Amino acid sequence: MRFYEHEAKDLLARHGVPLPQRRVALTPEDAATATSDLGGPVVLKSQVLSGGRMKAGGVRFADTPEEAAEAAEAILAIEINGLQPMGVLVEERGEVEQEYYAAVTWDAAVRRPVVIFSDMGGIDIEEVAEQHPEHLSRTHLSNLRPFSDFEAKLAVSRTGVTGNELNRLSRIVGALVQVFLAYDLTLAEINPIGRLAGGAFVALDSHVDMEEEARGTHARLLAGLGIPDEDTRQARPPTEFEIAGAQVDAADTRGVAGRVVEFGGNLGLIIGAGGGSLTLFDAVRGAGGDPANYCEIGGNPSVAKAAALTKLVMSKPGVEKIAVMMNVVSNTRVDIMARGVIKGVIEAGRDPAEAIAIFRIPGSWEDEGVKILERYGVEYVDRSVSMHEAAQRAVEKAAAGTGGG
Amino acid sequence: MAMFIRVDIDDSVQQDAGLRARLAEICPVDIFALEGERLETVESNLDECTICDLCIEAAGDAVRVVKLYEE
Repeated sequence: MRFYEHEAKDLLARHGVPLPQRRVALTPEDAATATSDLGGPVVLKSQVLSGGRMKAGGVRFADTPEEAAEAAEAILAIEINGLQPMGVLVEERGEVEQEYYAAVTWDAAVRRPVVIFSDMGGIDIEEVAEQHPEHLSRTHLSNLRPFSDFEAKLAVSRTGVTGNELNRLSRIVGALVQVFLAYDLTLAEINPIGRLAGGAFVALDSHVDMEEEARGTHARLLAGLGIPDEDTRQARPPTEFEIAGAQVDAADTRGVAGRVVEFGGNLGLIIGAGGGSLTLFDAVRGAGGDPANYCEIGGNPSVAKAAALTKLVMSKPGVEKIAVMMNVVSNTRVDIMARGVIKGVIEAGRDPAEAIAIFRIPGSWEDEGVKILERYGVEYVDRSVSMHEAAQRAVEKAAAGTGGG
Repeated sequence: MAMFIRVDIDDSVQQDAGLRARLAEICPVDIFALEGERLETVESNLDECTICDLCIEAAGDAVRVVKLYEE
């Protein structure tokens, strides 16, 4: 869940990160008033949940309230990557002598948070990593120990920063880590941190993303920021298919059969269990497959729920086959899933033996599941076939247009 | 229409009000429902049967759970 820049900065401010004076303006008149209040040159920035603001004309400068009103009017009219700005952030503008980069995110490979710091801020950090690796440090956090001031200093000093700058930047990095951990973020980024002509350090731009699952935990924070439950912060509005998927999940409290995301491919996916959805989706893509959808199923959904999701996926135009694949399941029952999937396929007017490219759900009540699948001519694939191999088989069957079994 | 499970209720169950009430109470997926003086099965819930056998423990041979996919 992405936050607007002004919201991200509110979070940073709570943890002591120095920031420019700022106001959010919803109209050109608001922007003029804000500029007058701030009493000097300002930068006006589109508040839109997208990158590429500068290139799109969503960032402008003004020296007077009149100029600010003009700039705000122009910014508010610009759609960026299909998104309308919710307002304009008006910030005091100082002379920046040097820019730095700091971020905290998850390193999935190492399974720990990582602090990324560079003394070359304001530009694409991937470009810095590629062309100036000596100017970028990666410092992993412990999942057990609290983050220390020493580690913050280490992250900064690894790029060669010393002295007073080291001390002041380390404090900002330490605060950024606090923000990352306190709000269950997946990314907390300041780019750039600016060293102003007077020697002050301020966070000039910030981007934070919160783990979607953490919305409930931070309901009070979100309410305080004025973010209602219905504000999903998704990159695009949900499709009819996705809305129907959400309705399937909401209609029955038993288990999970939702988080449906629509794609344009021909292979329907019924996937899940213990992180299996992402792994299996990637495996299908890696095998050259073209998924029709992403979804998450698990937690022992009812037969009706599994059937409804299957029917939805099976009914999507262009979907000839579905791949039913899960990680090894313990609390989800293979036989219940088999019943639901077969029922959904039949209700969609299709033959399970033809439509199910692969059924790979190893785990509890496996023997009973096999009996059900055999009855309908569907081959059962057990845990001796890896998730990647199962995905490969499904993609091959979808490409060949042959039935399962 | 149930595709996987059928539940047969013996007439003797209909003569026992206590057993009827017990069966309606214990099924975790609400396969049994009291309709006046009779115990009926709920068609839309039959396929949700988890084969927990609680009904069989309560009624013995008077209730039979049939796996249609084994027939």
